[in-house]
Amino acid sequence: METNDINAARNEQWRVDLRNSKSPKERTALPRVEMPQLDPAYRITCNEEVNQGISAEQAVVEASRCLDCANPQCVTGCPVNINIPKFIKNIERGNFAEAAATLKETSSLPAVCGRVCPQEKQCESKCIHLKMKHPAVAIGYLERFAADWQRENGAAETPQIAPKNGIKVAVIGSGPSGLSFAGDMIKRGYDVTVFEALHEIGGVLKYGIPEFRLPNSIVDFEIDGLRKMGVEFVKDCLVGKTITYDTLHEMGFKGVFVGSGAGFPRFMDIPGENLNGVMSSNEYLTRINLMGAGRGGDTPVLTGKTIAVIGGGNTAMDSTRTAKRMGAERVILVYRRSEEEMPARLEEVGHAKEEGIEFKTLHNPVEYIGDEKGRVVAMRVQRMELGEPDASGRRKPVPVEGAIEEIPVDLVIVAVGVSPNQLVPRSIDGLEISKRNTIVVNEETMQSNVSDLYAGGDIVRGGATVILAMGDGRRAALNMHEQLSSASN
Amino acid sequence: MNKIVSKEQFSANVTKLVVEAPLIAKARRAGHFVIVRCGEKGERIPLTIADSDVQQGTITLVIQAVGDSTKKICALEPGDCLTDVVGPLGQATHIQNYGTVLCCGGGVGVAPLLPIIRAMKAAGNRVVSVLAGRTKDLIILEKEVRESSDDVIIMTDDGSYGKQGLVTAGVEEVIKREKVDYCVTIGPAIMMKFVAKLTKQYDVPTEASLNAIMVDGTGMCGACRVTVGGKTRFVCVEGPEFDAHQIDFDELMMRLRGAQ
Repeated sequence: METNDINAARNEQWRVDLRNSKSPKERTALPRVEMPQLDPAYRITCNEEVNQGISAEQAVVEASRCLDCANPQCVTGCPVNINIPKFIKNIERGNFAEAAATLKETSSLPAVCGRVCPQEKQCESKCIHLKMKHPAVAIGYLERFAADWQRENGAAETPQIAPKNGIKVAVIGSGPSGLSFAGDMIKRGYDVTVFEALHEIGGVLKYGIPEFRLPNSIVDFEIDGLRKMGVEFVKDCLVGKTITYDTLHEMGFKGVFVGSGAGFPRFMDIPGENLNGVMSSNEYLTRINLMGAGRGGDTPVLTGKTIAVIGGGNTAMDSTRTAKRMGAERVILVYRRSEEEMPARLEEVGHAKEEGIEFKTLHNPVEYIGDEKGRVVAMRVQRMELGEPDASGRRKPVPVEGAIEEIPVDLVIVAVGVSPNQLVPRSIDGLEISKRNTIVVNEETMQSNVSDLYAGGDIVRGGATVILAMGDGRRAALNMHEQLSSASN
Repeated sequence: MNKIVSKEQFSANVTKLVVEAPLIAKARRAGHFVIVRCGEKGERIPLTIADSDVQQGTITLVIQAVGDSTKKICALEPGDCLTDVVGPLGQATHIQNYGTVLCCGGGVGVAPLLPIIRAMKAAGNRVVSVLAGRTKDLIILEKEVRESSDDVIIMTDDGSYGKQGLVTAGVEEVIKREKVDYCVTIGPAIMMKFVAKLTKQYDVPTEASLNAIMVDGTGMCGACRVTVGGKTRFVCVEGPEFDAHQIDFDELMMRLRGAQ
């Protein structure tokens, strides 16, 4: 969003009047809205969404907390620069449809981002309220409210679709970056086909993020919207295996966007890691979220009374909370740094604690011990302390000599990160790939060294957020469009 | 949805299905596998491709009914559909003219071995095949194997067909009588373990194709990890074939037994 556009929108008469209708003092005096949540004792027995969403009344009051700053820093904190004050002020004046439309100008999946974005590290971290020692405006809750309102009230305006230009573009992977790319290109008049390796569309939004945090119905609504606009989805098709990049050319595709994600799970390479009952968070969450294990699906999943989850990110939190819902009595989160350094969202950490997850921070597993059948029965964890800051700027955990303890466990879920899936990039001759196995692109245009191939999301970043992936998809769409339209003129 | 074109019952528990999958038929090479799902709530099951027909746009799968999901797949009739078939997955077999190649398959392992036998033969190798099964009914695809082999030895545990004894007896017989340059083995993990042990004694380079547990089959879940030469490898994307002398078969068997 350009600064000029932001200023122009701010100077519209209704905004000026609305701003003047309450004093900043009145606005800052209001307490931040609290997200209505399912009771922890109840929610661990089911898979229902924990955050219930704020009501229209709550949303209007929360929106009135926003001071509609002349120089809104929240916008700079948003990776895709959503015009945040504009959508919030539309909520305040009760024009929820316009609020949702504002979000859609920039974000293709606001109902998803309103749920899974780390707002406290992005837009909300820049809120003027923080400077005055007040809690930030609940931008994420408001984003979710506007997107949900639009969906629930059938108010989704039919997006403007440019006349068909007859140019075919292909998308590899149906996660957040691919979906946003597809949405932007179909609107520009292209014929868009999305190729997905799995039997479900949605990528990490389906296999990774659990239902209690992001219901599948929300994701499916967005996918159906794209389908209605004309995007074609081909499931069970692995580009690089089922068909090749060259096949795409033979099929007449003039541009290819790769958003194949970071699907390769990391392990720690410690003794006992290949025992039964030690698995990646990808495996655990895929079995349950995508395959419906334990919820009527044919796919089995191991269960246990005591489950350890290794790691401190959102996937680790998702795994702990899923384990609780699968009936574990005791779930222990093992993280090598302290809680302060955890990469997980504060909200997820809070939710996990409310659900009775034990946090064993400053500990790192060094070995897993199995029984005679090869099933894990215990883990040996090393106590750590924080030393000097490392490359990430966080204090590096170092082992406390001799401080090793053994804890009985029935199941261990390793959630220490993922690497880019090399399958797609390695299948394309001449494509530049970094040492970290990411596709190298021009960061402005998302174009790779293969001129008709663009890429975005985790296959470029190695492991980032939904909003960044989405932003990449949009940027790639803009630039591929420029390339293709200048070529056809 | 992939339609079943024809079906043949090899034995009580072993079924051959010819399935419509034109893109996979075209892309697949010896050694590749597919992931199959039957029903909207179905499990993803890895199955090696036994054959394909590019003209007809079909692939051939041989399935042993061992669990609920494989039983469900084996119960399908021509005209029915598999919900999903994705592939070809994994790395294709490395084919070259080694000289003499010994191909030894046990049980349904003969099905994925067949395309390798054919490819090895086509590459100019002398191919000696050893097929093994518990009993006569469990020896499958003998005719097809004979068509592409210079010699075939059949071994049954109970002596009901061919020679009585384990697969290793047949393998040793061949190695003792002629120079074997390369060996490929596909079958139950325990069988491959002993074949590998034997060929190591005789210093015959050996490749084994592993049937690990998988969910996605594309490198995402890591359920198929196996230790090869002291390093953890993913069967789905790096395999399914590895140097049999480097594979930790005990770990593989432990993982296959205890996964569920």
